[in-house]
Amino acid sequence: MSQARPAIHVDGLRKRFGATQALDGVSLDIQPGEFFGLLGPNGAGKTTLISILAGLTRADAGHAAVMGHDVVRDYRQARRALGVVPQELVYDPFFNVRETLRIQSGYFGLRHNDGWIDEIMHHLDLTPHADKGTQSLSGGMKRRLLVAQALVHKPPVIVLDEPTAGVDVDLRRSLWKFISGLNREGHTILLTTHYLEEAEALCSRIAMLKSGRVVACDTTRNLLQLTNEHCAQLRLDADAVPAAWQARLQHDADGSWRINFSEYTDLETLLADLRGAGIRVLEMQLHEPDLEDVFTDIMKRT
Amino acid sequence: MSGLSALFYKEMLRFWKVAVQTVVAPVVTALLYLLIFSHVLEAHVEVYPGVSYTSFLVPGLVMMSMLQNAFSNSSSSLIQSKMQGNIVFVLLPPLSYLEFFLAYLGAAVIRGLAVGFGVWAVTLWFAPLQLPHLGWLLAYALLACAIMGALGIVAGIWAEKYDQLAAFQNFLILPLTFLSGVFYSIHSLPPFWQGISHANPVFYLIDGFRYAFVGHSDTDPWLGLLVAGACFVAISALTLALLRSGYKLRH
Repeated sequence: MSQARPAIHVDGLRKRFGATQALDGVSLDIQPGEFFGLLGPNGAGKTTLISILAGLTRADAGHAAVMGHDVVRDYRQARRALGVVPQELVYDPFFNVRETLRIQSGYFGLRHNDGWIDEIMHHLDLTPHADKGTQSLSGGMKRRLLVAQALVHKPPVIVLDEPTAGVDVDLRRSLWKFISGLNREGHTILLTTHYLEEAEALCSRIAMLKSGRVVACDTTRNLLQLTNEHCAQLRLDADAVPAAWQARLQHDADGSWRINFSEYTDLETLLADLRGAGIRVLEMQLHEPDLEDVFTDIMKRT
Repeated sequence: MSGLSALFYKEMLRFWKVAVQTVVAPVVTALLYLLIFSHVLEAHVEVYPGVSYTSFLVPGLVMMSMLQNAFSNSSSSLIQSKMQGNIVFVLLPPLSYLEFFLAYLGAAVIRGLAVGFGVWAVTLWFAPLQLPHLGWLLAYALLACAIMGALGIVAGIWAEKYDQLAAFQNFLILPLTFLSGVFYSIHSLPPFWQGISHANPVFYLIDGFRYAFVGHSDTDPWLGLLVAGACFVAISALTLALLRSGYKLRH
């Protein structure tokens, strides 16, 4: 990983809303070109952190910078470097798609930006809707327009706050393809999501937030190795299991049995004992640990 | 295009797209006031010697329409953006609080002037054209729209719901404009109410604006200009301070 100026630098951020400590001393560095995931349960402080980066919220303490520009002192440069796709599906009903993008472009001081606007509309399949009022767009199209708006000024850093919440499978896939493409072209991506398999597939590094604190921050690969808890699901031709295994085997509602294990030798012993007791295995499924297990584990432990 | 001109353009386009509601409707309303009040009072009231009631009423109606529409433009734009959440589109870009102020103010002034011009144009059928003091007309029209445009920004930022904005409009703006001598000269009021009227800044706006049309006023137009100028400076300072602090916009 390059040690150049981080794309996003956050140091000791604190923010309190009334009685809630939304951020309790968050420090993070995200390097240029990273696809970085920010995970955490609702209320963990993800959106607050993004809002501080975007200048929508002011931190009580600590500081934040985008491409080396302090978000308060150098807010103009910081905001030029940042494209934000907000979580809420917002739009301005007064304008059509093209007007929306032209106006947004103008806010960044960009004149004659139609070439780029046409290109983003093309990539996001918005071209057929260019002259439609934003109010008449479907939810998916509104989401695409939000992504387009975040990109009008070609920001090197793109923040996506739960962009796939409530989005159908097709759109989710095409959005990820598009965002991954941007990442390959060199854009730094910061993503928050509730879909952990999405984060696992896309992000090279992940930070987990809980109650306003970073409780884990590592490469996705290292995080996945944190837990070696495998799970096997068995369907047996018997209603009971040998007494020695009764504590470890969980009987699920659908009649199958489940066991969590860290060493495969455990599974081998179980199968041998079952055979010894004359019980046959009708079906077996193995689950490798995924980010969801790691996430649940970390959230429980911290 | 700087960020300021883009935001100004957006605000202009916003009201222009619904011009029937934002420009034509207020002109029709003012015309109805004119028809009713001049029908009832034309034969009975002469406020200034040699000035018909209709000629007296027209400048008041023009000014009232400008005041209400300048206020309405900035306040409704902001509250709608806040309620819909699309205010983030102007909070995310590198716009300064001064650019934000000037863009919303500029569009409010233009809408106020457009409505004012419209009202004046349709009343030409009812009151003969007279305009002895063009300079006073422009000065008062601009100041009035600017004061209300800025006040609209304050109200739009402060209000969190439509009914709060409606309260601001119904319990502050409307009484201030209606009780300012649009329909009557304050000299016709008992001394106590005359005194109260002098504390209403809108009174000076209407009185000075009317002076530009009929050459008569209840107070010296220079005093009015001073009061209006001071009001604009005070309200602008308040608005800029709110915007700078991020009050209710940046948490």
